[in-house]
Formats: sequence, structure tokens, C-alpha cells
Amino acid sequence: MSAADIKRREKLIQRIFLVIAFSSLFSLFLIALFIFVEGLPMIWKVGLKDFLLSTRWAPTKGHFGIFAMIVSSFWVTIGALLFGGPLGLMCSIFLVEFASPKVRAIIKPALELLAGIPSVVYGFLGVVYLVPLVRDYLGGPGLSLLTSCIILGIMILPTVISISVDSLVAVPDSYREAAFSLGATRWQATHMVTVHAAKSGIITALVLGMGRAVGETMAVIMIAGNALKIPLSPLDPIRTMTSNIALEMGYASGLHRQALFATGIVLFFFVMALNLIATAFARRKRLK
Amino acid sequence: MNRRLGKHLGLLCLLLAVGLLFACSRKEEDTPKKGGYASIIIAGSTSVQPFAEKLAEIYMVKNPNTVVNVQGGGSTAGIRAAQSGIANIGTSSRNLHPEEKGLFEIPIAFDGIAVIVNPKNPINNLSTETLRAIYAGKILNWKGLNGVDHRITTITREEGSGTRGAFEELVMEKLEIDPGCIVQDSNGAVRELVATDPYAIGYISIGLVNKQVKAVALDGVAPSVKAVKEKRYRFFRPFLFLTKKKPSGLTLHFICFVLSPEGQRILAKEGLIPASIIHGESDLCRQQTSKEEKN
Repeated sequence: MSAADIKRREKLIQRIFLVIAFSSLFSLFLIALFIFVEGLPMIWKVGLKDFLLSTRWAPTKGHFGIFAMIVSSFWVTIGALLFGGPLGLMCSIFLVEFASPKVRAIIKPALELLAGIPSVVYGFLGVVYLVPLVRDYLGGPGLSLLTSCIILGIMILPTVISISVDSLVAVPDSYREAAFSLGATRWQATHMVTVHAAKSGIITALVLGMGRAVGETMAVIMIAGNALKIPLSPLDPIRTMTSNIALEMGYASGLHRQALFATGIVLFFFVMALNLIATAFARRKRLK
Repeated sequence: MNRRLGKHLGLLCLLLAVGLLFACSRKEEDTPKKGGYASIIIAGSTSVQPFAEKLAEIYMVKNPNTVVNVQGGGSTAGIRAAQSGIANIGTSSRNLHPEEKGLFEIPIAFDGIAVIVNPKNPINNLSTETLRAIYAGKILNWKGLNGVDHRITTITREEGSGTRGAFEELVMEKLEIDPGCIVQDSNGAVRELVATDPYAIGYISIGLVNKQVKAVALDGVAPSVKAVKEKRYRFFRPFLFLTKKKPSGLTLHFICFVLSPEGQRILAKEGLIPASIIHGESDLCRQQTSKEEKN
């Protein structure tokens, strides 16, 4: 084989991979195109204000307000972060800074297993065990914002932990050694130096965890109660945007179907905003 | 290095090719072969689906060389499917709205709707007005009804569901179901929740009531197949088969099987009320049966 042949072949392979890489971008483009084509005419017809800011959702009677669902999605995401964030962060600090290799060898695969459990299983466990607990000890119907936050908090753990572990590991050992040389204990070095240095990575982890919480559907349908009201207490049932789509998809036709696609548009912006924030933080870290 | 990469690419291509081959062969299987066997598609109401599946199963055993595909999707989707001709038979578990009329409607059975509460709940009877007030969000506490001072957990079905449509039509009249109600997406989920929550109330098909829950009497009449047959219990809905035009061919043959004494017996065994009891005999199949007798 001549040198030119090899070069040509190299080029060809590069091109093939380029095409394959672009296919994922292309499918993203198609998805975006379809939800906009299907959903926008409906927003146009109903009016952006009536769609986004009305709480009355009764598609078979011609009311398409998703404000209650936007609020619910927001609260459930914040709530999941309140449960999963600190837990995940502490877990990753323990794994990187304190755990012996033996302990790490047990916890890490266990966490990967947690990520692999299907969401319907989380939902089922939530309905069978957590919902009665909340109902009996705290009141309300049990299917509630609080229950969803707890379950989602557990579900985002693998995302939060794996990314914050990576960012903590990336902190150079010289930082820690410098702290120790100034007389810092292990904990002082961790919370004053290491976590500080890994801050942008940790924020990225939390934001991506939020993205996971917004998008979760199956488990939320099972444990959130799906009521169409703005929740006034953590014990009230809620319906998120994703569960609204999944719940009514099978029955929807005409304008109702378009309204579900339009809900998808709002979700699209929601998730895109979160991802932009995450990349912004990740980039800041690299520039440092 | 280069060669190994090429090998991997070759493997990838091979896998893709095999995948395509599989995809093709699957597709061929799905389309009915001419002369081999005939097939019809039934789609729609998830309430009708389990019964239609049962009927299809028995029908296919009796008539080899036929395939009856049963799909879900919901009553609204079933009506659409019949209108557009995507399915040979669309199914609905509620009456058609005025704007949906124009299809050929064949009631195959009737299904009572039972209001259920937890067995621990002392309540045994509700008036339609009280039930309506509970679902409209005007009565929020059990206290005035059975003495237990606790908030009512009201459970409804999702928008578009045939069971919900029938409930709205029979109970709610002009009022709307309160948006604060908990929404579950199947009869089974409603029953499960009522079985575990002592303060819950919900509604499901009569045929699906079991020992985990208690069906309450409405206006003094306990829900039962018998009470519906005797026209004392008025909360029931039709299970409809819908076709775009007057059915013919295999579609008609299947429908006539469903309406035959044997088909109706199968449905009655599953807890439904045979169509003939309320609507009388249908003359749709008279020709069919006489033709069969000739053969």
C-alpha cells in the first residue's frame, strides 16, 4: 500500500466517523423540529399567555393552561436537589478524600447499580413503601410533592456523585499537601481547599442532576398523584410537565395532542437552560 | 493499527446488515399474506382491550388462518382510528360525542361503574348529589358523611379516558371534576390506591371490584351485574365496536362471533352485561347466520 493510499483511507475513515458523529446531532435536530412543528401552532392559537400562565388544564373542554405543571416541575426539581444534592456531595467527598480503597471498591459499583435500576422500580417502591409512610405519619394523600422529591433525590444520586467525584479527583494533590503543610486536618483541607477548588465541577454535577430530575417521568406518574393544582404544601399532589405528556399521550388527539407537544417545547427550553448553565460552569473551570 | 480499524469497521457493517435483514423479515411477517391468512386490527379503549383480547384469542383458535390484532390507545384514539380507517374496528368505552357521530356503532356489552372506598370506611351508601359534590371539590371532608374527621382523597382518571368520560356523563352532569383530584391512569391503579388509603374514594368497572375495596351503593342501589340488568342501577356505559362503514367480510364475521351467544357468554363470565339484554337482538348478523346455515 502506498503512502497516498494510506492517506486516502485515513481520510475516508475520518469522514465516516464524522457522519456517524453528526447523526446524533441530526436526531436532536429532528426531535426539536418535530416538537416545534407540532406544538407551535397550538401556542399560536391559544396564545402564549393563556398557555404558560393559566392554571386551567381541561383539554377536552378547550383549556390549555400549564402554569400549575411548570410550578410543580420547578418545585420537584428544587426538592430533589435538596435531598439528593447534599447526600451526593457528601458521598463523593467521602469516596475521594476519606474512603479506604477497600470501601471504595464496594461503594462505587453499588452506585453504578443504583444508576441502572429502571425508574419504574423506583416508582413502585415509592408507591408501596414511601407513600403509606408519608400518608400515615405526615398526612395528606401520600402521593405528594414530598414523596416525589425523596424518590427523585435518590434517583439523581448516581449523576451527582459520578460527576462530583471526577471533579474532586481532578484537584491536584499539591493543593491538599499545601494545606496539610499549613497544619490543616484532613477535614479542614477538604472543605477549605479541595471542595473550593472543585466548586465549578460540583455545580455542574448538581445542575445535571436537576436535568435528570426534570426529565424523570415514570416514577413521578406513580408517586406524585398527578393533580392539576399548584401545590400549596409539600404534602399536596402534583403533576409535572413530563408526567402530563405521558399520562395523556395515549388519549390525545387534535389540539390536545398539539398541547402535549407544546408542553414538550417548554420542557425543551427548561432542560436546555439547565444544560447551558452546566456547560458554562464546566467551561469556567477549564479556563482557570 | 489501520488494518485493525478496518476490521472493526467491517464488523460494524456486518452487524448493521444483519440488523437490517432482521428489520426486513419482521416487516414481512406483519403484513398479511394474500391467501395465507386474513387479519383485522382492533384498537381503542383500554377498558375494552382485555375483553377484546380474550375474544380474539378464542376466535383465532376457532378460525385458523385469521389474525385479530388488539391494540390499546384509549376511547378517543379508538374513535379516531375507526374514522380514519387505521383500524378495522375502533373501540370505545363511552358514548360518542355529537361531533363524533357518523360511525357505525355496535354495542357489544355494557359495563357498570362502581364507586369504591376502602373496606375500613364505614360508609355504605352515597347519593348522586353527594358524589357529585365530592368530585366537584365541594365536600372535602368525610366528617359530614360518616363521622370520621379526615380529608377525602378523591381519585379520578385522566382526561380522555372512557371511564372518566362515562363518569362525567352519568354523575357530574354540568359540573367539572375538581383539578385537585388525584389522577391515576388505569382501573388497576385506582383500585390499588383505594385499597391502601383508608380515606380514598374512586370509581372503576364493576367487573374489577374485588375484596381489597368496597363498592358503595348509589342512591340506595348496590352495584352488581344483576342490578344493571334489572335497570335499577343506572351507572353503566356501553362498550362499543365502531366501524367506518357497515361491517363486512372478516370484520363482520368477528363482530358476529362477539354478538353470538358464545361470545356474549365469554363477556358475561368476565363480569360484563350482555348487549342483548338492554338493546335487544341485533339484526346485523341475521344474514350472516342464515348464510352460514346454508353452507
